[in-house]
Amino acid sequence: MQIFHRSTNTLSRATIFGAVFVVAAAFLVLAEVQRSPYITYEGVRKPQPVPFSHQHHVTGLGIDCRYCHTSVEQSSFAGIPPTKTCMNCHSQIWTNAALLEPVRESYRSNKSLQWTRVNQLPDYVYFNHSIHVNKGVGCNTCHGPVDQMPLMYQNASMQMEWCLECHRGAEKFVRPRDQVFNMRYQQPSTTNPVVFAGASFTDQESLGRAIVQNYKVRAVKDITNCDTCHR
Amino acid sequence: MAEEAKPRRAEDVCPSKKSGLDLATVEAALAQTKGPEYWRSLEELSGTPEFQEMMHREFPKGASEWLDGVSRRGFLRLMGASMALAGMTGCTKLPLQKIVPYVKQPEEFIPGRPLFYATAMTLSGYASPLLVESHLGRPTKIEGNPEHPASQGATDIFAQASLLELYDPDRSQTTTYRGDARSWNSFLQATRGMLSVQKGLQGAGLRVLTQTISSPSLNDQMRSLLKLYPQAKWHVYEPVNRDSANAGAQIAFGEAVETRYNLDKADVILSLDADFLYAGFPGFTRYVRDFSKRRNPDGAISRLYAVESTPTSTGLKADHRLPLRASEVEEFARTLAAEIGGGGGGASSSAANAKFVAAVAADLKAHRSASVVIPGEHQSPAVHALAHAMNQVLGNVGHTVEYTEPVDANPISHGDSIRDLAADMRAGKVDLLVILGGNPAYDAPADLGFADLLMKSGVALRVHLGLYQNETAELCHWHINEAHYLESWGDGRAYDGTVSIAQPMIDPFYDGKTAVELVAILNGQSGTRTHEIVQAYWQKEHPGADFDAFWRRALHDGWIAGTTFAPKAMALKADGIPAASALGPAGIEINFRRDPSVHDGRFSNNGWLQELPNPLTKITWDNPVMISPAMADRMKLKSEDMVELGVNGAKAVAPVWVQAGHPDNSVTVFLGYGRRRAGRVGTGAGFDMYPLRTTAAPSFAAGVQMRATGETYKLASTQGYQTMETPVGSRPLVRVADLEEYRKDPKFAQEGEPPKDLTLYTPYDYASQTYAWGMTIDLNSCVGCNSCMVACQSENNIAVVGKEQVAKGRHMHWLRIDTYYQGDRANPAAHFQPVPCMHCENAPCEVVCPVGATLHSTEGLNDMVYNRCVGTRYCSNNCPYKVRRFNFLLYQDWETPQYKMMRNPDVTIRSRGVMEKCSYCVQRINENRIDAERADTTIPDGKLQTACQQVCPADAIVFGNINDPNSRVSKLKAQARNYSLLGDLNTRPRTTYLAEVRNPNPELSA
Repeated sequence: MQIFHRSTNTLSRATIFGAVFVVAAAFLVLAEVQRSPYITYEGVRKPQPVPFSHQHHVTGLGIDCRYCHTSVEQSSFAGIPPTKTCMNCHSQIWTNAALLEPVRESYRSNKSLQWTRVNQLPDYVYFNHSIHVNKGVGCNTCHGPVDQMPLMYQNASMQMEWCLECHRGAEKFVRPRDQVFNMRYQQPSTTNPVVFAGASFTDQESLGRAIVQNYKVRAVKDITNCDTCHR
Repeated sequence: MAEEAKPRRAEDVCPSKKSGLDLATVEAALAQTKGPEYWRSLEELSGTPEFQEMMHREFPKGASEWLDGVSRRGFLRLMGASMALAGMTGCTKLPLQKIVPYVKQPEEFIPGRPLFYATAMTLSGYASPLLVESHLGRPTKIEGNPEHPASQGATDIFAQASLLELYDPDRSQTTTYRGDARSWNSFLQATRGMLSVQKGLQGAGLRVLTQTISSPSLNDQMRSLLKLYPQAKWHVYEPVNRDSANAGAQIAFGEAVETRYNLDKADVILSLDADFLYAGFPGFTRYVRDFSKRRNPDGAISRLYAVESTPTSTGLKADHRLPLRASEVEEFARTLAAEIGGGGGGASSSAANAKFVAAVAADLKAHRSASVVIPGEHQSPAVHALAHAMNQVLGNVGHTVEYTEPVDANPISHGDSIRDLAADMRAGKVDLLVILGGNPAYDAPADLGFADLLMKSGVALRVHLGLYQNETAELCHWHINEAHYLESWGDGRAYDGTVSIAQPMIDPFYDGKTAVELVAILNGQSGTRTHEIVQAYWQKEHPGADFDAFWRRALHDGWIAGTTFAPKAMALKADGIPAASALGPAGIEINFRRDPSVHDGRFSNNGWLQELPNPLTKITWDNPVMISPAMADRMKLKSEDMVELGVNGAKAVAPVWVQAGHPDNSVTVFLGYGRRRAGRVGTGAGFDMYPLRTTAAPSFAAGVQMRATGETYKLASTQGYQTMETPVGSRPLVRVADLEEYRKDPKFAQEGEPPKDLTLYTPYDYASQTYAWGMTIDLNSCVGCNSCMVACQSENNIAVVGKEQVAKGRHMHWLRIDTYYQGDRANPAAHFQPVPCMHCENAPCEVVCPVGATLHSTEGLNDMVYNRCVGTRYCSNNCPYKVRRFNFLLYQDWETPQYKMMRNPDVTIRSRGVMEKCSYCVQRINENRIDAERADTTIPDGKLQTACQQVCPADAIVFGNINDPNSRVSKLKAQARNYSLLGDLNTRPRTTYLAEVRNPNPELSA
C-alpha cells in the first residue's frame, strides 16, 4: 500500500534540487553581508569628537594633505595631527566657535583628542603609507574624494580583494609622484594628457606601465607574496 | 578519550623518559660505537625503543591530545561552541578604534617608526651598554650598543629579558608600610625623626646594605653619606659576587684589581672553572666575540682547555676538558703553576691529570704572551692568585691580560660584609637598616639566619627598596617600589671601566624610586630627582662651559669617552702564593652555582628566563641537582628521583639530573629557585638551595649526605623533544672534524646533495630576484649562550607557556638550540646547534597545507599566514626539522595591559589554534626593503639583521641576500665547511651550517 501520493516524488525531487539553491543563496547572502558597509564600514561616517570637514580645509582653504598627515612620506602611519596643529590656526580664527571647544579643551588640559579611526585594517595586516606614496599611489586612489567630504568616511571596503586589485595591476592606478597629493588629478585621456618623464601620455595603461617601470614597482608575483602584508 | 584523563607522568609525555633507564644499556651502546657519534640525551645514546618512538613523533606523546580532566559532555559542548565560532569568524566586524594623537608632538618623532636610545643595564655592578627600541615611547626591544667596544651590538639573555621585567605586572607598585599601601610622603615623614636621631649619633645605628655598585654617582652619594654619618656603615652583599677574585688579587698583588682579558690575542686559553662564555661573566659579550673571532679554522685558531667542577657550555665547548671536583682545581692549578715555573709547587696530581697538566703546561709555555689563564669566580682565592702568577710568568700581562682598577666602587668582601652586618644586628647596634635592592632574607648565607634577624633583632626601622615585594620586603617595615632601569636615570661602568649613562625610556609606571634618590633622602636632600643627582655629579666631574654638549654626547653615544680604565702595572708579591690548604674531607662535594637562567633568583619572575632551557640539561622552570652518571649508577639514582641533601645539618630536597660530564663524587645545585615571594611566575618554581650555603663555604662544600627519598618529581626538559630523524646512512646533524682532518679534507662536511631539478614541483627561478634570503650558522663560533632564543622571543612576541605545557612538548620558541654530546659520558664534548626554520626551497610543509596558510615567497621565505591557518598541523607533521610550533591553547596574554605595551607592534599576536614558526624576521626585511626602495637603492649587506643575528655575541648567525655574491652570507655559504641539515632530503634549506672544527692538542687526543 502506498502511503505517499505519487506527487510526493516530484515534490521531493524539487526539494532536493531546491536545497542546492537555498544553500547557494545562503552563501551568497553571507558573502554580500560580508562585503556590505555594515561589515566594512565603507561609506559610513563614524562619530567624531569634532565634525572636522576635509572639504572645507582642503578645497576651501587649499591646505596640503601633508600639513596635517606629516609622516605619510616616511612612515607606515600617515599621522593624525596633534592638537597643536589645529591650534596653529584656531588660536587665531574661530577662537570662540562652539564646535571647536573640544580642541581648545584638549590644548588647555593637555589631554588628547580621541578620534574614531576611519580607515581601519585588521591587526594582522601591515600597511605602509610611505611606500605607496613613493610608488605613485595617489591619496584619493584609496581614500576617495576627500576634498569633497564634509565628514570623513572610508571610501573602499579595505578588504583583501580590494587591495589585490591594485597589487595585481598597479599600472591601472599609479600616477606621477608629483601628482600624488593632488586631489584634482585626472587619469590621462586624449583631452587631458599627463606628462611623465618627458613623455606625454594619453591613456592610463601606457602611463601606468611607464611609471611602474620608472619607479621600480615590484612585479605582481612579488607584491602578492603573503609576507608583503602579513607577518 | 576524556575518560582516560589521569595524572600525567613523565613517560606518558616523553617515552624516552620512561623510568628505569638502564645504564648498562648505555654502557653497552657506548662500547659499540665507532667514530664520532652524537647524542642529545643518555636515552638517545642507548637507543631505547622509547627514544625511537619519540623521534618519530611530530610532537611528544600527549602534546596533541586533550587529556586534561574534561568530561565527554564538556568536551562536546566546547566543540559545539568552537564550531559555531568557526562559522562566525568569517563575518567579524572590526570594533571601532580610537586614534589618540599628541597634544603637542615631540620633536623628531615620527609615529609608526621606532626610535633608538642608548642606555645601560647593570647586573652585579657591570653595565651592559644597550640600545633600546622605542615605539610611541614604549620600549619594545633591547639591543646591544653596536658602537660600544664592550658590546659591539651583542647582548646577553639578562639584558634581553629585562624588557619583560619592566612590564611585569607583579612588580611592586607602591610604597608600603608593613604590607599596606602608603604614600611616598608618609614614608618621608616616618623616617625624618629617625634620621635626625641618627645624625645626632653620627649614624652609629645606621646601616646601608647595597648590591655591587659601579655607578660613580651612587658611589659619590654613598661616600657623602658616610661623611655625614661617620659612624654609619656601608655593607655590600650579593650571593653571586667577586669575593674570590678580590681575595685572590689581595694575595697576589696586595690590592683589588679588575682583570680583563684580550681573547682575540690568545692562542691558548685555560679556564680554571671559569664559565666565561656564558652570560653573567663580566665582559661576556666582548669575550665571546673575541673568542669566536679566533675560532676560524682557516686563520690562527685558538685552543681552549677547561678544567671545571660543573659542566658548563664553556667547558663542553673546549677542545680539552678535565672534570675535577671543585676542591681539586686548586691542586691542579698548583701543579700546573709549578710546571710552568709560576711557583706554588709541592702538590701532587693524579696520574691521569699529570698527562693533562704536562700537555697544558707545554702548550702554555709554547705560547708565551699569547696564552691566558682565566680563573672562575667560585674558585678559591688561591686559584685566582695562582692564575695571576701564571699569567705573569707566561708574559701574558700586557698582552692577553690587563689589570685595571676595580669596576666595583667598593670592592669589599661580600661574605664578610653581610656577616658583620648580621653580627651588628644581633648585638642590637642597628637602629635603621636601609636595604637598597637585593633580597638578603632569601639569599644571605644560611648560617647567619638573616631572615630571623630581620624579624627578631629589633632593628627599629627597616627600609627595603626593590623591584618586587620579595621575601626581604615582607620583613621590613617600609618597602619602596624601585624604578626599573628602563624607567630611571643612572650610570654604571662596563667591565672595562667605561661609564655609560642610563636614561629612562618611559615614565616610571608606578612612580618608582631609585637607590640614588633614596640615599639622597638619607643625605638630607629629599626632593631631588635622580636626573638632577646624576647630572650634577657629572657636572662636577666635567666642569666647564661645554657641559651641555658633553652630556648630550654621552647620552647619544651611550657612554662617556675617555672613562675606560687604563691598564696598570701590577707587581706580584714575593709571598704571593699561600701554602696549599689541606684537601677537604673525602665524600660527596657540593657546588653552589648561579642558575643559568634566573641568576641568583632576581630573575625568578621572568617567564622568558624561566622557560629558557638550560644550555646543557635543557631543563626549564626548575633547578635539579646535577650528578655524574657514575654516581647515579652507584647510588641507583636516575633523573627525576628526589634526593635529600644534607650539609652540616642543613637539609634540602630536590630532584636529581644525571648530567654527562659531571665530575664524580660531587653534586651541583643551582641557586635562585624555590622563591616564596617572587610573583605569579617565580613563586614555588624549583627548590631553594640557599639553606645549604654558609659564609664559610659559599662556592663549594664537602661532606654532603645524599639519600634518595623514594619520590620522583617531574622536570620539564626539552631535551629529546624535536629530535630530528636521520635516515639510515645519512650524515649526522652536527658535523665536526679535528683541525688536522679539516686541513686534509676541508669539504668533510659536504655531501652530494640531490640535483636541483629532482623534484615533482616546478623549480622556481630565485636567481632572477633582487633578493633571495639565506642564513648561515657557524657551529664553530656558537657557544650555546641562549641569547638568540630570548632575542627571538622578544622580537617576535612569542608566548610563555608554563612548566606543564613545556613538559607536554608545547613550548613555543621559534629558535631552539640543540645540544649534541659526543664521546664518553664521563667527559663528553658538546656541540651546540641553533635550529630556526630552514626556509626550505622545497618546503615539505607547504605542499600539505589544505588551506594555503603556509606558502613560499618569491624571495624564498616560507611564509606563515596566521589568519588563514585552521590548525590542521599537517605542516608540522611534515617538517623534518621540527621547527613549527602550535598554539595548542591560548598562550598569549591578551588581557594584561602591561604586556600590550611590551609587544612588537610589527608582529602579529597569534591566537589559539594557529601554527607559527621562524619568519626570518620578515618584519625587519619589509622595513628595510621599504626604506631602501624609498631611497631607490637596494638593502646594503649587513644593515638588515635578524633578531638572533643582532644579539649573537659570537657572530655565529649571518643573514643576508644570497643572490648578491659579495654579501657576507654568500661568502660563508661558499666556504668548504658549509652544509645543509638533512640535505639528502632535497628540501634545499636556505639556512645552512658551517661545520665545527676543533683544535685538539695532538699530545692529548692520542
